Amino acid sequence: MSNEIGRPSESDSGAAPYNFGGVWVPSELEIARRAARRTRNTRNSIIAIFSSIVVIGGLALIAVTSPGWKSLSDTFFAWAYGVEVLPKIILGFGTNVTLTLIASTCVAILGLSIALIRTSRSPALAPFRILATLYVDIFRGIPMLLVILLVGFGIPALRIQGLTNNVLVLGTIAVIITYTAYVAEVIRSGILTIHPSQRAAARSLGLSHFQSLRYVVLPQAFRRVTPPLLNDLVALIKDTGLVSILGVTDAVRAAQIASSRSFNYTPYVMAAIIFLLVTIPLTRFTDRTLRRSIERQNATGVA
Amino acid sequence: MSQPVLEVKQLRKSYGSEVVLEDISFSVPVHTATVFIGSSGSGKSTLLRCINLLDQIDDGSIVLDGEDITAVDADVDKVRRKLGIVFQSFNLFPHMKVIDNITLAPMKVQGISKEIARENAYKLLDRFGLHDKAENYPDRLSGGQQQRVAIIRSIAVAPRLLLLDEITSALDPVLVNEVLSTVRDLKIEGMTMVLATHEMGFAKQVADEVCFLHHGKILEWGTPAQILEAPQQPETKEFLKRVHEAGRL
Ligand SMILES: Nc1ncnc2c1ncn2[C@@H]1O[C@H](COP(=O)(O)OP(=O)(O)OP(=O)(O)O)[C@@H](O)[C@H]1O
Ligand SMILES: [Mg+2]
Repeated sequence: MSNEIGRPSESDSGAAPYNFGGVWVPSELEIARRAARRTRNTRNSIIAIFSSIVVIGGLALIAVTSPGWKSLSDTFFAWAYGVEVLPKIILGFGTNVTLTLIASTCVAILGLSIALIRTSRSPALAPFRILATLYVDIFRGIPMLLVILLVGFGIPALRIQGLTNNVLVLGTIAVIITYTAYVAEVIRSGILTIHPSQRAAARSLGLSHFQSLRYVVLPQAFRRVTPPLLNDLVALIKDTGLVSILGVTDAVRAAQIASSRSFNYTPYVMAAIIFLLVTIPLTRFTDRTLRRSIERQNATGVA
Repeated sequence: MSQPVLEVKQLRKSYGSEVVLEDISFSVPVHTATVFIGSSGSGKSTLLRCINLLDQIDDGSIVLDGEDITAVDADVDKVRRKLGIVFQSFNLFPHMKVIDNITLAPMKVQGISKEIARENAYKLLDRFGLHDKAENYPDRLSGGQQQRVAIIRSIAVAPRLLLLDEITSALDPVLVNEVLSTVRDLKIEGMTMVLATHEMGFAKQVADEVCFLHHGKILEWGTPAQILEAPQQPETKEFLKRVHEAGRL
């Protein structure tokens, strides 16, 4: 492909770019076509709504009328108990949010650095390139739970003076280590998708290697990787729940404590709902961003 | 006679075992245009890329303003600041508006203030009839407009020498003319240029010297009249005959 340049996107094909002087009145044919289109759209919506009610309502009915429904709802949906423990779970969720904010900031900075090191060609950086590749390979290949256990229990076991034993800090570090590896790869792949001719054009204008990256390559790369990065953010929010294994009282741990006290699993459901309240909107937002970015790429694709 | 802007001496370039350019020597005096013609794969783009130091040469030397830019201690960035290059496919930056495409290098490379860079850019856009496209993104422009923006972008840094590589070959015949007239204007204003083109009519109009490249060698060179109307070498005749048959003369 001869890169980046293409025909104007769909959005302005509707508007007439030129004014031909006269006032345009739709023809009989066009009016009929529009009416037909409207009828078809209305019919489609009615069918969609009706079939949704039948299917979803049917499934709900089957669930509620089934013999196990009573004990199921007592165990998982004891709302009165759920509301009672809710403040503790919300308090715990504050830890997940804090951890997400701190971790995502660190991951963004470290991930970008590692992606830049891996895509650089400078001979001076050769050893760092090897180390960065090794790092990414290792931490993308280990279950995050293992990294959390290794860091959270392993580091205190060293009994090194001055090193923290705070499980929250250690848990955060473990999350950062793992996600930096993921994010570095995403950013690196974004950088690699920018056609070399863009860099050549920047360099031939006299921009230095660093300036070409800063003003030409990275801005385009970031646009392309925004959707996958948002996906990783959703995953990160969920995965902060894993640090509960170290004894950090996050939402998961708070739910676990509440549930083990009563042998009722509603607190877990409450915790799940709280996570969903954050992750679902973010997922929708990610979808929309992805759709936009695909549209943009189609609009500016092949020339 | 004053020192030429560009002097290429016995340049040789190969990709692996394939020799792409061999014994290329020519010089480009100030305010003149040297046009390279030749069939596809004859090495025109490679030559321009070598001059711009985008490709490393195997032998010979390239001298720009009396300075050997192929010397081991040559400052590549500094050399590129003196050269403008426009590619076959217009490599505008798609994430920047037209005006920002043009002002990027003046601001970041030459350290010109934003106000002055924009003012200069608008002057250039005005001159080439693109004023109303300044705030558009490149994908909202026609191919011809994009290529003219690419030309403006490369002359905005006031290069000593402009390299143009088949800048019309990705365009409709209708759009070709607007781009070519832009280049003619630059020629009239005294820009020193090296071009590769398939448009013989255009070569005739802007060239001070035409070089026929054949399998990586300059087979014949001279004024447009000499080369295009009275070629001596059988290969040149054959090439021009084929171009003529394709209707591009
Ligand atoms: N990066 C590369 N690696 C290997 N071979 C290359 C490379 N670039 C060009 N070549 C070869 O060098 C020769 C000259 O290519 P070049 O692009 O300079 O031709 P050209 O005269 O510009 O052709 P066209 O008119 O089609 O643009 C060709 O045979 C091509 O296959
Ligand atoms: Mg070429």
